[in-house]
Amino acid sequence: MQRFLPLIMVLAMFLLFYVMMTDENRNPNEIQSVKIGKPVPDFTLPGLEAGEAALSTADLKTGEPILVNFFASWCVPCRAEHDSLMALSEKHGIRIIGIAYKDTPDRALGFLDELGNPFARTAADQSGRIAIDWGVTGVPETFVVSGDGTITYRHWGPIVGDGMQAQVLPALEAAK
Amino acid sequence: MMRMIGTFVLAVLISFAAYSVAVDEQPLEDPAKEALARDLMKEIRCLVCQNQSIEDSNADLARDLRQVVRERIALGDTPENVRSYLVDRYGDWVLLEPPVKKSTYLLWGSPFLFLAFIVFMIVRSRKAPVAPMPLSTEEKAALKKILEDEESKA
Repeated sequence: MQRFLPLIMVLAMFLLFYVMMTDENRNPNEIQSVKIGKPVPDFTLPGLEAGEAALSTADLKTGEPILVNFFASWCVPCRAEHDSLMALSEKHGIRIIGIAYKDTPDRALGFLDELGNPFARTAADQSGRIAIDWGVTGVPETFVVSGDGTITYRHWGPIVGDGMQAQVLPALEAAK
Repeated sequence: MMRMIGTFVLAVLISFAAYSVAVDEQPLEDPAKEALARDLMKEIRCLVCQNQSIEDSNADLARDLRQVVRERIALGDTPENVRSYLVDRYGDWVLLEPPVKKSTYLLWGSPFLFLAFIVFMIVRSRKAPVAPMPLSTEEKAALKKILEDEESKA
């Protein structure tokens, strides 16, 4: 038994690394959000459209799970996930709040004119400071906020592939 | 000769730019606070490039975080306050040096565990061999028989 101990140890490590390496849900670049289970940060942001009311924390406590999406017109992956957001809003009737990250309102509105507007409310975070309060590391990032204003899920990167079916919709369901 | 010296002096003067902060950034007026902020920036991980500190990184987010650090320090926050402000948002990951706490005991302790393991292995390999057990009477008899057989052959 003792003779084979080194071999067993090496095989066990190999197995562990192999399992970790092939885990599809594990992205080594993704930084786990520490905001899960915490209330949404206090904030007030100006609306994106001229004359649109300011968006604040209270607007996210709707009694129903909603999505908060950080996007930007200069962000290529945001284009890639746009169809998913449109489907979530139109097919699944999900209320989505769009926050334009470090973008000028006219460009962000141009982006929505071009690709369609899935957002029930929009706001502009031109300095990117509110995004820091949310722990956003880059766009796009999408948060599921439960009815009482608790962050229950954070989708890192674009919602593409089966991300909507496999992750976002179940997270919305779980937040009910 | 004068020209060479002139070139040298110019080169030295130009290279001072390497010590300055990024062009679009305003260092704090108080040099002591600026030094505090700069030291802190070296400990904060850039969340975009991940293995650079925000002091080294050119990423947009790193620049924002440098600004956050400067603002907080200017307001009189201690480096500890600023660290916890960032950890609240991005988790321990944002610190280049992980804090010592329950979940990181193994991480910080692993070099010592490894050392202990090596010491254990060395001690084990150096242990004086145990004196052999005296032969039992049956064994003695068997040995005697073998030796006698050998002798009779020879």
